[in-house]
Amino acid sequence: MQTVPFAPEQASSFAADVDALYGFLWALTIVIGTALTLLILYFAVKYRRRIEDEIPRPVRASHRLEAVWVGVPFVVAMGIFAWSADIYYRMYRPPAEAIDVYVVAKQWMWKFQHLDGHREINELHVPVGRKVKLTMTTEDVIHSLFVPAFRVKMDVVPGKYSTLWFEPTKAGRYHLFCAEYCGTSHSGMIGWIDVMEAPEYQAWLRGAAAGASLAAAGEQLFQQLACNTCHKSDGTGRGPSIQGVFGKPVQLGNGQKVDADEAYVRESITNPKAKVVSGYEAIMPTFQGQVSEEQLLQLIAYIRSLASVQGTTLQGGTAPAGQQTK
Amino acid sequence: MNIEVQEQPPRTHYLNATYGLKSWLLTKDHKRIALLYLASVTFFFALGGLFAVAIRVELLTPQGDMMQAETYNRVFTMHGVAMVFFFLIPAIPATLGNFLVPLMIGAKDLAFPKLNLLSWYIYNVGALLTLIAIVTGGVDTGWTFYTPYSTTYSNGNVLLSGVGIFITGFSSILTGLNFIVTIHTMRAPGLTWFRLPLFIWAHYAASLIMILGTPVVAITILLLAAERIAHVGIFDPALGGDPVLFQHLFWFYSHPAVYIMVLPAMGVISELIANMTRKNIFGYRFVAFSSLAIAVFGFLVWGHHMFVSTQSVYAGLVFSFLSYAVAVPSAVKVFNWTATLYKSSISYNTPMLYGFGFIGFFIIGGMTGLFLAALGVDVHVHDTYFVVAHFHYIMVGGTIMGYLGGLHFWWPKITGRMYPEGWARFAALVIFVGFNLTFFPQFLLGYMGMPRRYYAYPEEFQVLNVMSSAGASILGIGYVIPLIYFAWSMRYGPRASANPWGAFGLEWRTSSPPPPENFKETPIVTWEAYEFRPRHEAEVIDITRH
Repeated sequence: MQTVPFAPEQASSFAADVDALYGFLWALTIVIGTALTLLILYFAVKYRRRIEDEIPRPVRASHRLEAVWVGVPFVVAMGIFAWSADIYYRMYRPPAEAIDVYVVAKQWMWKFQHLDGHREINELHVPVGRKVKLTMTTEDVIHSLFVPAFRVKMDVVPGKYSTLWFEPTKAGRYHLFCAEYCGTSHSGMIGWIDVMEAPEYQAWLRGAAAGASLAAAGEQLFQQLACNTCHKSDGTGRGPSIQGVFGKPVQLGNGQKVDADEAYVRESITNPKAKVVSGYEAIMPTFQGQVSEEQLLQLIAYIRSLASVQGTTLQGGTAPAGQQTK
Repeated sequence: MNIEVQEQPPRTHYLNATYGLKSWLLTKDHKRIALLYLASVTFFFALGGLFAVAIRVELLTPQGDMMQAETYNRVFTMHGVAMVFFFLIPAIPATLGNFLVPLMIGAKDLAFPKLNLLSWYIYNVGALLTLIAIVTGGVDTGWTFYTPYSTTYSNGNVLLSGVGIFITGFSSILTGLNFIVTIHTMRAPGLTWFRLPLFIWAHYAASLIMILGTPVVAITILLLAAERIAHVGIFDPALGGDPVLFQHLFWFYSHPAVYIMVLPAMGVISELIANMTRKNIFGYRFVAFSSLAIAVFGFLVWGHHMFVSTQSVYAGLVFSFLSYAVAVPSAVKVFNWTATLYKSSISYNTPMLYGFGFIGFFIIGGMTGLFLAALGVDVHVHDTYFVVAHFHYIMVGGTIMGYLGGLHFWWPKITGRMYPEGWARFAALVIFVGFNLTFFPQFLLGYMGMPRRYYAYPEEFQVLNVMSSAGASILGIGYVIPLIYFAWSMRYGPRASANPWGAFGLEWRTSSPPPPENFKETPIVTWEAYEFRPRHEAEVIDITRH
């Protein structure tokens, strides 16, 4: 698939599709623009005023012609819409199997955290040919993670997680930019995505110093913040057990069922009253302001690491009434 | 066609009927108020232009070396604020609209002359506050003021400039109100809706947007102020708020706002083409209705600025679909203008050159809008120079071409003098070349990945940036030339007759300049729109039976 002129390298599985639509749109623009320009120039010359007070005959309106040039552009527009919507929809559905990386943006840097504990700042190493899913948030203002070579971009918004996924198809070093104005050093909030062939990637994994894995850090935090006093692993605590929960549907007290994903866990920590599990009381205090975004990711990674553990059923958890909360 | 060919320019007209500063500052004459606005908007155009020069000079080199990052951020913000709120929104409606709406419908003035004067003062109060904000340190949030940067992190004069914009918004609302009431109630006898000039239809549609949309941005600014002063929490997730809500509120006005900027320009282009070709605009009713369609649909597409904002994918699909729908009426106008040229009698005067220029730029600007509405492509080009190029093609290539074309066309009517045609054509050419050189490379820069609002950039983007800056210097010269010859013409230009172009329209059936009361006698309209050749006299060409 040839690249269009003045485009970044095609380095992800999306790039060729986006370039194809882009190329088509330029072709359409050039064809229509040239046709109209030539027609206008032709009319401009042919019907130029020859006598100063000449007055041309009026031309009757034509509803048929109007219908044509309303209908045809509309149909073409709908075609473009459908084509581009398809690409967009695929960009918005992250695959089930992907390497997860958590991203915390702040003025003016990008912090990447691999689940295994590798932490990177302004640089992200990924293997070629494997799907990568970024779960992102920001500590301060809205930023936007943009990798032109992959043709992907997603804003990061405080208070929530946004996701972006890609499959790199070509090894290389590609620009990473912040694409949402965020203050003084907005144009300095840049970095690199390093896509490596498998052997090089393995070497990097071994070589780069990794801290404790995110999940291990999260487990420590779980004890430190005394989460385990309510969220007992045998399900007898005032709060539901967190074993075997992540990634599965959860029954809420108001009858709704939601998926226990990253956003659910984050919200349950920062705003516990929002979604209360069925059978439990809304007594969990909020940890808003007491845990940083990175610590939240550690806790999520820990809870996630227990996803495949057989958990006790969430129904009928004993929640003694009248107990003092902390 | 019955034109009163006036041999002698009038002795007394609206410019010299009364003298003195008070007669201008306390005038209720819509024509004088139009000139007061002309002075104000020209000042802000120059100010915004200076900021643009600073931007383009800084971007000559990949490093940030001309000014500090903070300064650059203030410069691009103030370029946007000055140009959008204080030039582009009022430019055509408050100068050409104010001057021409009563004349075109055969009225003595607008419905509310005092509100008209008040609107100019309100504009100036807001403008003054914003100017103070600019000189006492500026604002660095971007003209879009996204939260939470603007509410919690920016150190600039956010509140002061916000208040300035808030106040000036009322000027816009009053103008819109005045136009709507005037067009409904003060048309001359015989001037039915479908006999109106398309300039009037365009201003009517733009006025609807002014009245319905501006209050939303006013409230949004108030919420921003409440958040910044009192930390109410509406945009703060820690307090249960949502920063993206700001974007919805902001764009709900700011997208229709771009139609406030472009619809009047399209109205001007319709007048230029009809009069410079001496034909009714082909598909008059379709063009008239397309203005209304754009105004209505324009309110439904704001989310196309937010495709990667974390708004849901389904919202993205809906907004993309509607954005394509709103493109259709704009395309209809371009096709109808082109068809008007068929079997017409085209004069190559400066107004027509600006008309051609508008169509050329609008084709590119409009088609690149299709790129941005395409979800899959927008993910890549959002917040890059591709967007910057697109909107400059429409706002500068579109609105400013319409504005300049209109100024040239109606200059003899407004001032009683002609501008020098040779220099004017030369300037139009310089503008055309300079504009393309400035902004076309930016489409390429955007797709290559250069983000917006970057004051330093990777080396590989330099060549296109240098081209763009070179173009900007040419464009700047192109804008300065008319400034000079328009001023020159007011004293030394040849005096103009009532209808130097042989144009249609009631404004050409009174003297140049008009008397204070516009018409010696209220005209009675017995002809159709742009009926250069009375219908019963001519055989009408049927384009579909060839």
